[in-house]
Amino acid sequence: MEVTNEPFLVTRLDQFARWAQKSSLWPLTFGLACCAIEMMNMVSPRYDAARFGAEVFRASPRQADLLIVSGRLSHKMVPVIRQIYAQMPEPKWVVAMGACASSGGIFDNYAIVQGVDQVIPVDVYVPGCPPTPDAVLHAVLRLQEEIVQGDPQAGVIRRHG
Amino acid sequence: MGDPRVRPPGAPPGGGAASPAPWLEAILAAAPGQVERLEPCYGIESLRVAPTALLAVADSIREAGFTMCLDVGGVDYLPRQPRFEVVYHFLALQGDGRPEQPRRLQLRVPVPEEAPEVPSIAHLWPSANWAEREVYDLFGIRFTGHPDLRRILMPDDWEGHPLRKDYPLRGPRDRAAATLPQGEQFDFLQARRPQPLAHARGGWRPDPGAGGSEAEGRDGHDGAGA
Ligand code: SF4
Repeated sequence: MEVTNEPFLVTRLDQFARWAQKSSLWPLTFGLACCAIEMMNMVSPRYDAARFGAEVFRASPRQADLLIVSGRLSHKMVPVIRQIYAQMPEPKWVVAMGACASSGGIFDNYAIVQGVDQVIPVDVYVPGCPPTPDAVLHAVLRLQEEIVQGDPQAGVIRRHG
Repeated sequence: MGDPRVRPPGAPPGGGAASPAPWLEAILAAAPGQVERLEPCYGIESLRVAPTALLAVADSIREAGFTMCLDVGGVDYLPRQPRFEVVYHFLALQGDGRPEQPRRLQLRVPVPEEAPEVPSIAHLWPSANWAEREVYDLFGIRFTGHPDLRRILMPDDWEGHPLRKDYPLRGPRDRAAATLPQGEQFDFLQARRPQPLAHARGGWRPDPGAGGSEAEGRDGHDGAGA
C-alpha cells in the first residue's frame, strides 16, 4: 500500500485483500493433546494474540480459516481432521504445532500419524514439545508474512470463472 | 499393628490372614476347586479363577456387596502358558459395615492363547462393557455374551491387537519394512486409502468420498472454472 498526500490510499485489490486476511485470522478450536494447553495460553492476557488479530477461536470450522494442529494425530483421527479441513472455507491455513504434529514426535508407533502433512497441507511448522505460546505466536506472524507476500500457492485470492 | 501391605516374616502367603473372611469364604465356595486364593496384593484380596467358573464366582461377588467393577484389564505374559490374564478389580463401598473402609477384591482369570475367550460380566456390572471392549481391542481376548463386542480405541478396520507383546511397535509400518526393498518407506496412510496421498503444497487433491464439493483442495477452484 502506498500513502500519498491525497486523503486516500492507493493499492491493488489483491494486496488489500491479503492485508485484510492477515489482520483477521480466526483459528479453529481444535486441541488434540498436551500442545493444546499452550495453544489456549496464546490467547490469554499474558501473550495476547489479539494484538495480531488472531484471538477469536471459533468452535465451528465453517467460521475458521486457521487450523492449529496442536498435538499428536492418531490414525483414528485422520478422517475427522480431513473432514474438518474440508469444511473450513477458503482461503485457509494450517499450522503444525509441536514435534508430534510436525513429525510424530516421540510417538514413533502404530497409533500416531508421523506428521500431519501426510494428511493435510501445512503452512508453518512449530518445533518444541510443547512449543511455548510465544512460538505459536511467532508462527502466526510468519503466516501473516506469508499471506501478505501472497504465495501464489497459498490460495489468497481465488479467480472464479 | 504394622503396615497391612507388608507380610510379617514367617507369615503364610495371604498377608497373615490365614483364614479368609466370611465374605471371602462365600466367594470361594461358589466354585470349589476352581478358585484359588492368591497372596493379597497391597492389602487387596486376590483370587485366581478359571474362565469356566467366572460367571458363578462373579455372581457371588456381586452378592457379597461388590457393587462397582472398577476396571477390567488384560496382561500378556508371553511366553508363559497360559499366555494372557484378564484382571478385574471390584469395590464394595460398604466395606465391613464401615463406609469409610471400602472393601476391594482382585480377580485374575488366566486365558490360553489358542482360545482367548472369557465370559462377559457386563450384565452384572454395566461398567465392564467398555472395559471389556478395550481388552478385546488391544489384546484380542473375546468376551462371550458381551452385548456389543466392537473395537473401542483403534479404528474399526484395524488389523491386529496392539498391546500383545508380539505386535510390532510401529504396527503395519514395521511389518511392511520386512518385505519392502531396503531404503523404501512404507506409506501407512497410502495403504489404508485407495487414493494417492496428500502432500503439502500443491499436490493435494480432495478425497472424493470425504465431503462432496466442499472437500476442495487448495487449488481446486482454479482448475474447475477454467
Ligand atoms: S509435541 Fe509434546 S506437548 Fe505437543 S502433543 Fe506432542 S508430546 Fe504433547
